Amino acid sequence: MSIKVLYFASLKDRVGRSGDELNIEAPLSVLEVWQRVNPNMNIPDTLLAAVNMEYVGLEAEVNDGDDVAFFPPVTGG
Amino acid sequence: MTIKLCAEIFDPWQELADFQGQAAGMAGKYGATGIFVGTMRDFNQGDEVRGMHLEHYPGMTEKQLQRIVEQAQGQWQLLDVLLIHRIGQVSPNDTLVLVAVWSAHRGDAFDASRFIMENLKSQAPFWKRETLESGQIRWVKKNSNGYLKQP
Repeated sequence: MSIKVLYFASLKDRVGRSGDELNIEAPLSVLEVWQRVNPNMNIPDTLLAAVNMEYVGLEAEVNDGDDVAFFPPVTGG
Repeated sequence: MTIKLCAEIFDPWQELADFQGQAAGMAGKYGATGIFVGTMRDFNQGDEVRGMHLEHYPGMTEKQLQRIVEQAQGQWQLLDVLLIHRIGQVSPNDTLVLVAVWSAHRGDAFDASRFIMENLKSQAPFWKRETLESGQIRWVKKNSNGYLKQP
């Protein structure tokens, strides 16, 4: 089972990657996904998360085939 | 409803004229058009700004914009909505965003256009990266609340 992780904007610069592929054995929370792909970086306070392009909280469940996105506050308009 | 992400310079007034000209079904029905046009400044937070890159999350940005417009359509009586947002490299004086709503009465037009714009600012996944006159490059950290005074 695998999931795709995406980073945007300043967070992409900070982690130094635009994304990760993560193999998982069982569903994880969004927070656990972050901890698995960024074990040496605390999750930023202002970070926003989306699963399959919908905003979610860090407790939301991530399953096989899901896209998880992490990004800073939005600044459009 | 028409939502467009635009990688090139666009003229909001021409877009409005074209859209309204093609919307034959609205003719005679609308009494109010609420329009917001956002334009790139050459200054921000005390610094001169030379240019800006607008990043977005392809797919999610469109999805969130559509949801915001649908929410507005659910709350107010709207005949149609046009929303255009720039992406990519932009320069001062370029139009960044156009929100236009057509309705029978002004209350719906004013309130719905404001709702769409404020929700776009807080929910639609776009991010601005500025290049200052000094050459420094920085990400804009957050959008402020546009409601300065409550009526």
